[in-house]
Amino acid sequence: MISLAGRDILHAWGKFVFTGVGLGLLIGVTLVMAGVYRGMVDDGRALLDNSGADLWVVQQDTLGPYAESSSLNDDVYRTLLAMPGIAQAANVTYLTMQVRKEASDVRAMVVGIAPGPLGSTPGWPPYLVAGRQIARAHYEAVADIASGFRLGDSLRIRRNQYTVVGLTRRMVSSSGDPMVFIPLKDAQEAQFLKGNDAIWQSRRRTEANPAFNRPGVPGLLDAVIASQSANAFVNAVLVTLKPGQAPDAAAESIRRWKRLTVYTRAQMEGILVGKLIATSSKQISMFLVILAVVSAAIVAFIIYTLTMDKIREIAVLKLIGTRNRTIAGMIMQQAVALGVIGFVVGKITATFAAPMFPKYVLLMPLDTVLGFFAVLTICVLASLIAIRMALKVDPAEAIGG
Amino acid sequence: MSGHGIRIEGLKKRYGSGDTAVEALKRVDMQVAPGEVVGLIGPSGSGKSTLLKCLGAVIDPTAGRMTLGDETIYEDGWKVRDLRALRRDKIGFVFQAPYLIPFLDVTDNVALLPMLAGVANSEARQRALDLLTALDVQHRAKAMPSRLSGGEQQRVAIARGLVNRPPVILADEPTAPLDSERAMAVIRILNEMARKYETAIIVVTHDEKIIPTFKRIYHIRDGVTHEETGEGRAFA
Repeated sequence: MISLAGRDILHAWGKFVFTGVGLGLLIGVTLVMAGVYRGMVDDGRALLDNSGADLWVVQQDTLGPYAESSSLNDDVYRTLLAMPGIAQAANVTYLTMQVRKEASDVRAMVVGIAPGPLGSTPGWPPYLVAGRQIARAHYEAVADIASGFRLGDSLRIRRNQYTVVGLTRRMVSSSGDPMVFIPLKDAQEAQFLKGNDAIWQSRRRTEANPAFNRPGVPGLLDAVIASQSANAFVNAVLVTLKPGQAPDAAAESIRRWKRLTVYTRAQMEGILVGKLIATSSKQISMFLVILAVVSAAIVAFIIYTLTMDKIREIAVLKLIGTRNRTIAGMIMQQAVALGVIGFVVGKITATFAAPMFPKYVLLMPLDTVLGFFAVLTICVLASLIAIRMALKVDPAEAIGG
Repeated sequence: MSGHGIRIEGLKKRYGSGDTAVEALKRVDMQVAPGEVVGLIGPSGSGKSTLLKCLGAVIDPTAGRMTLGDETIYEDGWKVRDLRALRRDKIGFVFQAPYLIPFLDVTDNVALLPMLAGVANSEARQRALDLLTALDVQHRAKAMPSRLSGGEQQRVAIARGLVNRPPVILADEPTAPLDSERAMAVIRILNEMARKYETAIIVVTHDEKIIPTFKRIYHIRDGVTHEETGEGRAFA
């Protein structure tokens, strides 16, 4: 038996191809949307992986440092180092801000990293694609290449200028902003650094406060002003464990004795994916549903129209003894063929378009397979309307009168 | 007349029921022998199309008897279970317009019927080519229907009607869209094919110019058939 659907498609290939391309662009958008979500999850995992930490120690009862603000004294890490099972503990600060780049600015997550041995201090970029790690205590930076910075570039954070000495890759925040690493002390200063006018106003207020400016207590005012202009806080302490040390046990120990909140790798991933990305995930899911409905409507409309154009031929086919399932099969095969053309076009579109997006778009093979079967399902369901109409055609319509 | 291709006795068709019932066919008696071509004529609303639909097993008669060859296919109810197979294997159709499938070439338009009946593609195509040769359109075997003239399309439609060797062919105004010359050619072909394949052909027509070509004619008026025979009606 010849393929009626195949012959019809070959006969009207232009209509099918153009419709398939249109549908394909829609499917391409759908695949990219799924890729955007996957990219966000992957960015979150990359953030955790690249931090090199086994535990995140943060302010008590907060979801910091990525989902909520967290503030810890910067000497907490010393007491953590003294606890059993802890190999390394390093302060870290995170600040998402606009980093000045010549006349323009770049949105970036500025990470303050503590000094320490190369390769073993958590928080440092684990690998560089160019240049070197930060070697001086101030005014050097390592930037993710997605920020657009190049080696030797000068960037400005608050009032200070930094020289880019190294470039890294895939070091982004959970929202996809590229990271810029600077020395911890600079980062702490940057978090609370005020303008000159603001500092002057603050000092004047302190001097006018009789509680701080006591004639009989020399040095009190200077001490208070010094404490106001220094920042002794960090956002988190990144902890690595000794080999064989169970993360949950170490975390429980810190929670119990240091009265701090501690997250393991799995818990932190749960926060990033389950809380931080959850809203975006729902948003994207809504778009996916809408796109699926629109795709189904387009396929249904096209197949319905194509079937309407063949009503007389269908009546003739039924009159000369064609089985209903042959006619239904013809319509369904056409819908599936349209879906396959659309999917191929969509996959090619998504593959070529993904790198052009500003944020990371991760096209996963599993999503492609699921997308393919979703498209086929949608096409089959969309063809049911046309099939229903075709099966209702009376073969007597082929006979006049 | 020896044997019969199709015999219809006391066929009735009523639409609706009660006060609104319409007797479309009050009494139809027809008999067409294998190899014979008869005309069925009548004014609009006389019941021609209803009769054709009953004969084509598209609608159910209300009463009567229909016999194809030696097989009774209807007697106060259909006697065959699969009407679709009956239409496919035992009844050929030729329509007013050819209604060829536009996305199949000429050969496959004809070969589709045997393919639907489960005949292998190669054999079905060979059968189609044989018929196309007999109808002198074999040179257009690979052409798409849109490339054919009206006369060629109608010959292909006749080939499609004949390809499963049905004992009866129902032709519904097959010459309506054709000029006189082509209309006469179609009638000549139908007569040749009827003789060659021992097929009974019923031609429903309004076409005055072809009516004289029939050896026998059935007039249908107000749902009742009347047979008319006459010397000189035979197609030469």
